[in-house]
Amino acid sequence: MGLLRFSTAGSVDDGKSTLIGRLLYDSKSIFEDQLQAVEQASKQRGNEEVNLALLTDGLRAEREQGITIDVAYRYFATPKRKFIIADTPGHIQYTRNMVTGASTADLSIILVDARHGILEQTVRHSYISSLLGIPHIVVAINKMDLVDFSQEVYSKIVADYKQMAARLHIGQVEFIPISAKLGDNVVNPSSNMPWYQGQPLLGYLETVSISHKAGSQDFRFPVQYVIRPISSQFPDYRGYAGRVSGGTIHVGDRVRILPSGLESTVGGINQATDELAEASSPLSVSIRLKDDIDISRGDMLVRADEGQPQVGQDFTLDVCWFNENPLQLRNRYIIRTATAETVGVARAINYRTNVNTLEREIGVSQLDMNDIAEVVIHTSSPLVTDAYAHNRVTGSLIFVDEATNETVGAGMIK
Amino acid sequence: MDKFTITHLKELESESIYVLREVAAQFEHPAILFSGGKDSIVVTYLAYKAFYPLRLPFPLLHIDTGHNFQETLDYRDELVKKLDAQLIIGSVQQSIDEGRVKEETGFYASRNKLQTVTLLDAIERNKFDAAIGGARRDEEKARAKERFFSHRDEFGQWNPKNQRPELWNIFNGRKNMGEHFRIFPISNWTEMDVWQYILLEKIPMPSLYFSHQREVFERDGQWLAVSPFIKMKPTEHSVSKLARCRTIGDVTCTGLTLSKASTVEDIIDEIAASRVTERGGRADDKRSETAMEDRKKAGYF
Repeated sequence: MGLLRFSTAGSVDDGKSTLIGRLLYDSKSIFEDQLQAVEQASKQRGNEEVNLALLTDGLRAEREQGITIDVAYRYFATPKRKFIIADTPGHIQYTRNMVTGASTADLSIILVDARHGILEQTVRHSYISSLLGIPHIVVAINKMDLVDFSQEVYSKIVADYKQMAARLHIGQVEFIPISAKLGDNVVNPSSNMPWYQGQPLLGYLETVSISHKAGSQDFRFPVQYVIRPISSQFPDYRGYAGRVSGGTIHVGDRVRILPSGLESTVGGINQATDELAEASSPLSVSIRLKDDIDISRGDMLVRADEGQPQVGQDFTLDVCWFNENPLQLRNRYIIRTATAETVGVARAINYRTNVNTLEREIGVSQLDMNDIAEVVIHTSSPLVTDAYAHNRVTGSLIFVDEATNETVGAGMIK
Repeated sequence: MDKFTITHLKELESESIYVLREVAAQFEHPAILFSGGKDSIVVTYLAYKAFYPLRLPFPLLHIDTGHNFQETLDYRDELVKKLDAQLIIGSVQQSIDEGRVKEETGFYASRNKLQTVTLLDAIERNKFDAAIGGARRDEEKARAKERFFSHRDEFGQWNPKNQRPELWNIFNGRKNMGEHFRIFPISNWTEMDVWQYILLEKIPMPSLYFSHQREVFERDGQWLAVSPFIKMKPTEHSVSKLARCRTIGDVTCTGLTLSKASTVEDIIDEIAASRVTERGGRADDKRSETAMEDRKKAGYF
């Protein structure tokens, strides 16, 4: 059974909570005590119908204010797949939460209200999904019951969306007409829309390809930790612990260690006591080499016979800013990749993207919370990276504020 | 064509091992919060796998309420011996004796809430900068908002409204003196995933999880174990039943499930058919709608 991570973005009005509630309820993933608790809480709040949003809005402030503030994770499984939902608030002031939820998603569900068609927030969600390199997008055209299940309405929205999406780098898009409230095309096929030939949403989620998880074809292995027991049983053991973040490695393969550029041969791959002949993304393993080389956390192993990553100190990035303290040119930030850390300064802001219109705004001198922009940075020591479009693990980094230690921004290398 | 063949359990395992290795790399004095329940057992097992053949680089920290099932303590001691691990015990009884906390009284008395003080004291005394727990996001709605790396201020408190964003697999464990982190490596696992993994890896489990004959009594629709630690009301009567624990906390707040499940396979079948969540059997969560969030803010697991 495979695992699919998907994100949903939207506000209460477009029926996102109803859709998630429907998926959980119809796949029998809501339990009696949860439903009871939600029924009771709805009644206390004077809601006439059971408010399924209360299932996902867990924090006291969220329940009191009736809004989703943070990313919430929900889990369900069918006999075919396990699913992890990153449920994120859709309003513009929560762009950073959308970015966070989208960072690990394999698929993004973008909800469109059939009565309103493509809106600013549709553009925003689509832009963030494409920026974060989500491989699959589902445009769920919801509330079809309120437009008489009209194929004409559906087709117009599909055409409008395709026109808008032409301006973005979007992978595969699937369009599904649904009614989350009545259940049409969510879990079960709709008898109200015989003109729709595709699968219902859940069927699509169960069968969409997840082969992209194997990552780029090139092997990438950021070293997290060096395992050296120095025990009587393992006197000379030295294993490099990490997670394969792209491609495949075999025992006997020639590897290059970056940034040093030294080479060696893989002597063994293991997962605890299991000796493996090969390992692929996203397995966590430890790798032994045939030569004694100085390797530490932050280094990266790659295959000598494959495409090589960049080793450099100057990067052009798409940045999403997360913090109330704005990004200022010439400010110092701690720059962190998966396992490496250095210090960097922002040298230029090339342009800021208006996430509602996709227009590029130039002449911007700082980035405020939720801004997305193309930024040039310079780091004090070299980092080993790929373009984000090529590898989401080795192409991403975060900005950390030196004074507060908070994560203040996220960057995707171009 | 779908060439991707790694199962969801292998992917979850790899994610958790990645998180545990980040803890070893980013912190100086991490510890595993070991309760004797299945989740902390699985976390300990994953840590063993993450660093093999290195000895477990984290001590096990057990917050002992003094109201444990004996089986939990026996299992703990055996595991510590097997892994050659270091065990550190924080005693709630000692916190009571020292006047740090006040024992609850009455029929619903529980030491569950008192644990928080003992835990924070143990973290401070041992200078732990990361406490690794087995909490899962699917357990409870406040936990659904938890990060893998969850920052705690110098008072050990959680601020859910101002959590650090956590993107990709980049974990930010930077902190100031006196602050610490709670780490949740199996955040993305469900109860079912945990049991399927236990089956796959043949991890030995405490006998409490399997059906056994036990003296129990019914209270508020729940079966509780007869024990010197719980005061029974005059109207409550003890009966002998075939039962098992679905979660293990201390005796006073762990509801038992009437069950004939005697193997891991039986348990998986039983969970698959169950229409109640595992925490449905926990009296400590039922105190109010946001009981868990309130305890977590104060420094609970």
